[in-house]
Order: sequence, then structure tokens, then C-alpha cells
Amino acid sequence: MVFLTRRATFSASHYYWNDAWPADKNHQVFGRCANRNGHGHNYTLEVTVAGKPDPVTGFVVDLKWLKDVMEREVLAAYDHRHLNLETPEFRNEIPTTENIAVAAWQRLEPAINDVGGAKLSRIRVYETPDIFAEYRGEI
Amino acid sequence: MIAYFGRRYMMSASHRLHTDALSAEENRTAYGKCNNPHGHGHNYVVEVVARGPVNPGTGMVIDLAMMDDVVRTRVLDRFDHANLNLDPIFTGQVPTTENLCKAVYKLLETSLTPAELEHVRVEETENNFFEYCGEASIPR
Repeated sequence: MVFLTRRATFSASHYYWNDAWPADKNHQVFGRCANRNGHGHNYTLEVTVAGKPDPVTGFVVDLKWLKDVMEREVLAAYDHRHLNLETPEFRNEIPTTENIAVAAWQRLEPAINDVGGAKLSRIRVYETPDIFAEYRGEI
Repeated sequence: MIAYFGRRYMMSASHRLHTDALSAEENRTAYGKCNNPHGHGHNYVVEVVARGPVNPGTGMVIDLAMMDDVVRTRVLDRFDHANLNLDPIFTGQVPTTENLCKAVYKLLETSLTPAELEHVRVEETENNFFEYCGEASIPR
């Protein structure tokens, strides 16, 4: 089994707010991230697929194909968007880095796994160079 | 829904790789420049990854400020701007980055509740890094 990772970047805005809580609790838990005017990040998305290299091409997957899938399934929805206001998965869910990693998995898994061969193995989302979240599916 | 949350921290420390179990010449052979009797230093990057369910209320695996506090008090306050060889953890143990990585893991192992420590990665330079995920865990 070989693991292959492709990286892409997107820029998006968001804020953290739980509608079930009063305002003061939101400010207490989420701090500056609770500013309802939003703020933004340059995110880095890392997508890792696992599989056996094809005996003819030597590829686990074609990297150009993987790039196109990432752009179509994730970047087209997230890049230069307000995640709370413009993406259906974050209408009722807080777009934390953890939840973005899970949502990116849900967007990518069918597109990658349905093709056969390699399987989606790991999603890592960097919010800043020093903060990241990972999701590896339900193991 | 299990996810992982990671954070990178910086610390600067000095060390000397030397073991009394080897002769002076054997130490120089084993450790090369790192055996310099006066020691040398690095800007280490310590990457800490926590594992746990995503809290449905907060959308978070762990509170970042809590993680910062734990890592600062248990690891950074201890090792930053210190000589690793003089820390009691490295009495009788060479402060290689492998051993530093294990030491950081042990200092944090039970401190990230309700999340669990997944792994610790220590980068000694831009090109050298070490990872430890505990003895029971299966490497990724």
C-alpha cells in the first residue's frame, strides 16, 4: 500500500457561532472567532489516497485527475467564499477546522472511492501554518 | 465522529549527544559534530496532535487555548532556552531528538482530556523530524 498526498490552497472567510447559546457564551468559548462580521484564512487542504501503484503506469492515482477532483468537489465550493453563508454544510454546523476536514472528506470520498483502485485515506486542513485538523473517516 | 487537531510550537534548546557507555573516540564516531563537548542548539518545532470526537456544541476536538496552556506549562516552560542534557529526564539518556520526542509525548500523554494524545512530532531542523505515537499505537 502506498499513500499519495496532493496539496491545494483556498482562501475563505468564516465565524464561529452556536445559535443554541446566548451571545455571551459564544464570545466566551470562541473569543475573537465569534465576531459576526467574519474573518478569513488561507487554508491548505491535503488529500491523501492509499492504493497499490498501477503495474503499467506506476501511479496510485493520476495526480492531474486528483487535482481536478479536489478543485471540482472542494475548491469550487470553498475558495473565496464565506463558509457560514455560502456552503450548505455550514448553514447549521460551525465551520471549525475540524468540521471543514470532515466536510471535505464527505465531498471527496464518493468521487475518489467510486473510481476504484485507490481509497481516500486522510484529509488534513491547515487553517494557519501552525494549526491543522485531520479526519481519517470512521475507523 | 473522530477527528484530529494539531498545533505547532517552537522552542530553542541546546544539547550534546554523548554517552558514557562509549569511549571518547566511539562517541565522536557515533555522533560526529553533535558530540562537540560545548554542545550546540536548535530551533525545535514541536507538533502535537490530539484525537477525539468533534464536540457537537463547539465543533472542536479540543479547546486550542487549553492545549496551548498544557503544552506551554508542561513542555515549553521546561525545555525552551534550556540545556537538555541538564534536565533530569535526560540523566542517563542521550537527548537525541528521538528521545526528546518520546519525552514530550510522555509529558503530554494524559493531559489533553477529553481528547487523547495521538502523536508528537519534533522537527530538529527543516530536514530532520521524528515522530512518536506511544508504544500501543499502530504507526500510520
